[in-house]
Amino acid sequence: MKGKHILRDNVLLGLSLALMIAALYMVFVYVPTEKHTGIVQRIFYFHVPVAWVAFLAFFITFIFSILYLWKREIKWDTIAHASAEVGVIFTTLVLITGPIWAKPVWGVWWTWDARLTTSLVLWLIYIAYLLVRSFATEPARGARFSAVIGIVGFIDVPIVFLTVNLWRTQHPTTMIFEDGLTTSMLMTLMVCIAAFTVLYVLLTVQSANLKSLETDVKLLRSTQAE
Amino acid sequence: MNEETMAPPCAIEVRGLARAFGEHRALRGIDLKVSRGEHLVIFGPNGAGKTTLVKILSTLVKPSAGSVWLDGIDISDKPAQIRRRIGLVSHQTFLYDDLTVYENLKFYGRMFDVPDLEAKIREVASWVQLESRLHDRAGTLSHGLQQRVSIARAVLHNPSILFLDEPEVGLDPHASSMVKDALVSINSGGRTVVMTTHNLERGLELGDRIIILDRGKVVYQAARHEVDTVNFRRIYDQYTGTGR
Amino acid sequence: MNTVFAKIFVIFWKDMLTELRTKEVVVSVLVFALLVVVIFNFAFGTRAGTVEMAAPGILWVALTFGGVLGFNRIFAVEKENLRLEGLMLCPVDRAVIYWGKLVGSFTFILAVAVVITPIFLVLFNLPLFLPRLALVIVLAIIGFSAVGTLFSAVAINTRARDIMLPILFLPVAVPVIIAAVKATALVLAGSSWGDMATWLQIMIAFDVIYLVVATLVFEFVVEE
Repeated sequence: MKGKHILRDNVLLGLSLALMIAALYMVFVYVPTEKHTGIVQRIFYFHVPVAWVAFLAFFITFIFSILYLWKREIKWDTIAHASAEVGVIFTTLVLITGPIWAKPVWGVWWTWDARLTTSLVLWLIYIAYLLVRSFATEPARGARFSAVIGIVGFIDVPIVFLTVNLWRTQHPTTMIFEDGLTTSMLMTLMVCIAAFTVLYVLLTVQSANLKSLETDVKLLRSTQAE
Repeated sequence: MNEETMAPPCAIEVRGLARAFGEHRALRGIDLKVSRGEHLVIFGPNGAGKTTLVKILSTLVKPSAGSVWLDGIDISDKPAQIRRRIGLVSHQTFLYDDLTVYENLKFYGRMFDVPDLEAKIREVASWVQLESRLHDRAGTLSHGLQQRVSIARAVLHNPSILFLDEPEVGLDPHASSMVKDALVSINSGGRTVVMTTHNLERGLELGDRIIILDRGKVVYQAARHEVDTVNFRRIYDQYTGTGR
Repeated sequence: MNTVFAKIFVIFWKDMLTELRTKEVVVSVLVFALLVVVIFNFAFGTRAGTVEMAAPGILWVALTFGGVLGFNRIFAVEKENLRLEGLMLCPVDRAVIYWGKLVGSFTFILAVAVVITPIFLVLFNLPLFLPRLALVIVLAIIGFSAVGTLFSAVAINTRARDIMLPILFLPVAVPVIIAAVKATALVLAGSSWGDMATWLQIMIAFDVIYLVVATLVFEFVVEE
């Protein structure tokens, strides 16, 4: 039953590898160094796609949480769970690459601007999602509760962003680029976004598969024991 | 299909009921019919699925598969409406310790829109012989007394179907027989009663029909008068596997 | 419709009665909030300027963490004796249970705020008559209660129930906390309604959104 997915998985893997190589090439070889901020600016090509994926992943968790509560089929919950696990990794990367980029450019490790703060809150909500699952007394409850968190938490994200934005209007907006994006920069960015999105899909699918197999094994074991 | 053409003659009808908790399959396909006014007793060892079955029938838990009709109504259709017609007595009393017996009954009475509540409270209190303790805090009562209050609570809204899930658990013999008397005295109304129990003698006393549940399936069914009461213990062991 | 409100009130009445007898929630939260205000005062040192600037934050840290403590108790009372099942046997939609508990938790936390705020204002030498502050507090506590009641029902059914609630509640409550602190600071600085408008709007939007979402989602939390 899982065999029919081998083609899909291999295509995903191949596509991901190809895009990643292309992305690496474009970031390190193709695109010229940015005038004002120098080499460090290249982190932008990782930071932005990774942030995009972090939010995409939670959106997917949101959608599949709704689906699961509605239809109650385990497969929806498995995808929501897998997406959340991948999402939390990507969010962690956002929180790491953000400061690495910020320090040389603005002189501070952390600014409480809307984007970074929302990423931090998103990270905390992801953690809450995963913890509720592991602290629930039964797996079925864990699935239900985390689905609720997935829905409630996702709705919070835009509210947090708007609120923090308003909160920070007293502070100067951080300019990313003074001259705007050139074509080559834009193209590099697009390729990187594509590469990381495909990577996200690959990781989530693999994770969901693994969870599915684990449930199958447990089911087999318990029927055998009877 | 409207209710008039569909209405089965039974108070409870169960078809293909199944329920799993993760990998554990508590119920694996139960079919059951209980007629109006019948007293059904369900025996079974621990883990047989008795409590799960009662919880599903009383709308506390949703089934994984199968259907349940109570008084001809599909419980997945209008659960809130169904709850007016059923009462549940469990080994949990559902009483609030810091409220008096009277306040507990008043709370549930108001939630169930019981008409003439004051009079009704006095009536059920007399059925279970607890008029003198009405204004004591529920937490100060012994477990046996609390269980009798719980019975009063369960019949306050005059349900047509009463579920009892091992009501005698944790009670000493005296309290247990007081509970039995309470159950007998509240059943003058032709109520349908479904009771699960470990206590073979008590169960045989109170039932019209008995079934034995084991590992999520009905393994034995008989009308009370068909049952060989003297040898029932042996029959029970036989159907549930010895040494359990 | 009439009966739905009546049922909500019945659940609220039951919780009020219990609380009046045991005083479990309000007193402990009150003491805790007071301690927070006092300790934070010491934590910020004696320089006049720092403490005054931090004042709104201190009030809201006290109310937020006090709120978390309070919400932990909201469903705790139902957990003993599995009384939540008793509520679930009642012929009402699950959402009615949520609203019954919601009104209760709102009332309790509001009661705490009503006592704590004047004390806070006195300790910080601030004017006592501030009706706009009352509005800010009410709006924020509605938001806290909407989310806190829902998550309390979740947390009570997990293994680490005391730590689970703050982990769930605090990130989601961030917008309310930010808006409440900003609005409070503006009130204390004597600003106009116009300045405060955005923050009030955020709180109102949050309240409405979460009351609706929680109402829709509550049944999935309690239903097996």
